[in-house]
Amino acid sequence: MYAFEIERPSTIADAVSVLQNEDAQALSGGQTLIPTLKARLAMPETLISLTGIPEMQGICMNEAGQLCIGGATTHASVATGAIQYPALAQMAGHIGDPAVRNRGTIGGSLANNDPAACYPAAVLGSGATIVTNTREIAADDYFQGMFETVLEDGEIITEVRFPLPKRANYQKFQQPASRFALVGVFVAKHADGVRVAVTGASEEGVFRWTNAELALDADFSTTALSELMVTADGLLEDIHGSPEYRANLIKVMAQQAVDAA
Amino acid sequence: MPTVTMVVNGQPVSQDVEARTLLVDLLRNDLSLTGTHVGCDTSQCGACVVHVNGDAVKACTMFAFEAEGAEVATIEGQAAADGTLSNIQQAFQDHHGLQCGFCTPGMIMSASALLKDNPKPSEDEIRAYLEGNICRCTGYHNIVKAIMAASGQDITAVAAE
Ligand SMILES: Cc1cc2nc3c(=O)[nH]c(=O)nc-3n(C[C@H](O)[C@H](O)[C@H](O)COP(=O)(O)OP(=O)(O)OC[C@H]3O[C@@H](n4cnc5c(N)ncnc54)[C@H](O)[C@@H]3O)c2cc1C
Ligand code: FES
Ligand code: FES
Repeated sequence: MYAFEIERPSTIADAVSVLQNEDAQALSGGQTLIPTLKARLAMPETLISLTGIPEMQGICMNEAGQLCIGGATTHASVATGAIQYPALAQMAGHIGDPAVRNRGTIGGSLANNDPAACYPAAVLGSGATIVTNTREIAADDYFQGMFETVLEDGEIITEVRFPLPKRANYQKFQQPASRFALVGVFVAKHADGVRVAVTGASEEGVFRWTNAELALDADFSTTALSELMVTADGLLEDIHGSPEYRANLIKVMAQQAVDAA
Repeated sequence: MPTVTMVVNGQPVSQDVEARTLLVDLLRNDLSLTGTHVGCDTSQCGACVVHVNGDAVKACTMFAFEAEGAEVATIEGQAAADGTLSNIQQAFQDHHGLQCGFCTPGMIMSASALLKDNPKPSEDEIRAYLEGNICRCTGYHNIVKAIMAASGQDITAVAAE
């Protein structure tokens, strides 16, 4: 690691003000950023830790009936605390391993937008809202391809708001060495329609499988998906799986999620 | 250089560290607590698991600075002052839960975090909890057995293959 300074502000306002320096970078759970620093792939002058900010911690329900999760809330806290949204709690409880879940946070995961991460699928499938220090961003507008989001430099995720669907489930086909998703599918049946979000599969990062959404709108059952085919075009190819393999997994994981929802 | 103040195995500690100093390096290099091992240094293997405020974390993937004010527990604090092993340590010895022993500190710290939340875990729960702890030697069966035994459960049913 290159040398840097570190600060641990206790309010969002203080964190935002020190992050205006262009060589400053936010540090949350560090489960992605510390390995990146070790590999010397980043060289911030100052890290601004978000782990000591009480306003960014915790889970509650707001007046609109949404589940609100502070941007620096750990995966472990969501796994045990998001009792109003069991599919989300179950997703968080299967990220990485217990030690990773005790440090890694929702804001860090969404800012990083790893193409195989679980939270992007949950956020897109839920139609959640990402709240930053400056604005509210709909999930449909937030993700911009692998490792890309609409976040500006110095902008931090302070909260994520999830509307509660009627039924939902996340199924991940785990890549056993990394524990990330080889393919993960989040299915949520909302009052105004079904959303199906797929992670781990596409060169463009997380995406909505709209044909499945239409089919499930008409009939929320595994058979509704049996006639659908996913094209392998634009899907990821690596030593763990071919595009065709991933295409098939998308359908299988979606069916399992519908079954378990 | 920032100073961090924390309690390690019940002892107050105050140490100047660089911002980039990892918790595991503070423990091993500054405090000479070399029981916490570094297997991978990439948050994969779990050899470096310690408790920070009671939660299992990978000490290779946390800055020492982030443990400001925290209670840190390492493998050195598990046995009693007179050397009597903890339940879990004794069970690892009794059930051959280690061979080379490199992974063992992390295994024991993970196991004790598990038993704190879930005093009688099933075999499946133990295996799931140890997902981030890799052992190159044992094949895991005796580790699982040791943890079942340490939690006062019958181990005859644990698969022996
Ligand atoms: C062994 C292992 C297994 C894993 N398995 C999975 C898995 O199965 N599924 C999965 O989804 N993930 C997995 N992860 C990743 C894990 O979820 C990380 O915790 C997460 O991707 C990053 O969160 P963090 O809080 O650690 O962020 P950090 O590493 O601290 O930060 C990541 C990036 O986000 C930025 N950032 C952090 N917080 C904010 C914020 N509030 N606002 C704006 N920018 C911010 C940082 O500047 C940095 O660029 C795994 C990680 C490891 C080490
Ligand atoms: S040394 Fe920390 S996880 Fe391997
Ligand atoms: S006993 Fe050798 S690595 Fe586990």
